[in-house]
Amino acid sequence: MKKITTLCAAISALALSTGFAIAEADAPVLSIDGVVIATRAPAPEYLDIDEVISGWVFRTVETQALQMDDFDNPGMIFVDQALDDWNEVNGSEGKSCASCHTGGPEEFAGLRTVLPRWNEDAGAVWTMEDYINNSLVEHMGAEPWKVGKAQMNAMVALISLQSRGMPMNVAIDGPAAETWALGEEIYFTRVGQLDMACANCHIDNYGVMIRADHLSQGQSNGFPAYRLKNAKLNGIQSRFSGCMKNIRATPYAVGGPEFTALELYVASRGNGLSVEGPSVRN
Amino acid sequence: MNYTRRDALVIGAGAAVAVAMPFRAFAERHADAISAFTGGADVAQTGVELTAPEIAENGNTVPISVAADGASEIIIFAVGNPVPEVIKFTFGPRSGASSAATRCRLAGTQDLIAVAKMADGSFAQATVNVKVTIGGCGG
Amino acid sequence: MAENVKPRVRVPRSAAAGEAFEIKSLISHIMESGRRKDSDGNTIPRSIINTFTCDFNGENVITAELHGAISTNPYFQFEATIEEAGTFTFTWLDDDGSVYTDSKDIALA
Repeated sequence: MKKITTLCAAISALALSTGFAIAEADAPVLSIDGVVIATRAPAPEYLDIDEVISGWVFRTVETQALQMDDFDNPGMIFVDQALDDWNEVNGSEGKSCASCHTGGPEEFAGLRTVLPRWNEDAGAVWTMEDYINNSLVEHMGAEPWKVGKAQMNAMVALISLQSRGMPMNVAIDGPAAETWALGEEIYFTRVGQLDMACANCHIDNYGVMIRADHLSQGQSNGFPAYRLKNAKLNGIQSRFSGCMKNIRATPYAVGGPEFTALELYVASRGNGLSVEGPSVRN
Repeated sequence: MNYTRRDALVIGAGAAVAVAMPFRAFAERHADAISAFTGGADVAQTGVELTAPEIAENGNTVPISVAADGASEIIIFAVGNPVPEVIKFTFGPRSGASSAATRCRLAGTQDLIAVAKMADGSFAQATVNVKVTIGGCGG
Repeated sequence: MAENVKPRVRVPRSAAAGEAFEIKSLISHIMESGRRKDSDGNTIPRSIINTFTCDFNGENVITAELHGAISTNPYFQFEATIEEAGTFTFTWLDDDGSVYTDSKDIALA
């Protein structure tokens, strides 16, 4: 019994070092160069929880600090790289991103908050990666970039950054409803050798320790995320893939219809949280 | 074969020795490196401030900082890493303070040691222990 | 030259003579430690930034000798003082012989 008490004390001591266990009034505030980020928000009415919470809240003080200054955030060097790509002529049409988007990446302020969304012309729900590749191929005559790879993640980070501080607000109704429902089904369906669904960790157990980590709500508002684990930007669908491998399931294809549906559903679970882009996670 | 409790203890003790061995080897390596830096001089236990998280969320990127008023050089060792040397800072005439911060990799829970060479040729050091957690999905 | 190496530095626009101020630097670099193995079991050779220096008007501010234990995308924070306006120069030396540089002007406040 004594051993158990000691263990519990050790765990709660560990918990104290992260924002999650701190009482609401003392909760740390994420402010990046003067932009205040909503890391907690009332949950949308279609969810089964009261509050939606950014993954930032679940991290240790040291990891949280890395995101509070854009210079300290290593994800920002990839934003710089994406700016180079933005200005570089690429493809048969002799154009760069800047050739058409003369207002700079700032033209896309707010875009991240509504993606993924229904694209009427394509007759499907599109992610930001789909829009970027469409521009590369159709407008620039260039090769598409691989979804989940460095160049794409950096451009998604650059464009997401323009919406920093704005609340996520993806549409789940109208023509997107069917895709959203598929995403919801995937979120709650147990798969893999461990027979687990997304919901088992990210609804039933968020805030609880998984080994020495705090389980988060699995929110996507901070993606692409610079992870301390692999020291690079990680796209949301690659993260889904990592989760599925952890539960010993065969992941769906990154950039495929299942993960795009899941991305829409997960984004909708974070409606109300600020876009952080690029975040820092462990 | 059935293991008795005594067998298990013996095996366990053997395993403990096997586990401890590489750390002893590491310990000698960093001690040698410190001696090379100090030339065997006495090392004071005050005057160096070494800051690192008590618990590192990920051993791949651990923020550390060091400060030692009047130091011309500071060298940092990670005692439990396969290569104990982490970094050596040398402060030039335009330095504003003998302090610096960086981010390092730690192979596991271990001590970090910072040794400073003062302008007068004396040495001082500080040690902090960093617990490196084994992550769940994050690790 | 390693791919996609990009330096960033942060220096204030101006500073008062003799007053210490903060400088930060970050460079994108894999910092291959030389301890990892590839999928065939062969050791991946070390490839790191081994030296970082910051100078002001030709005089040294700080020199760092890096080892494989420095994290990917090496970050430094340190302090400098100036007595006159001038230029900070930053140099990163790569194991492969590449040299990456950046510079920032500063005025006297």
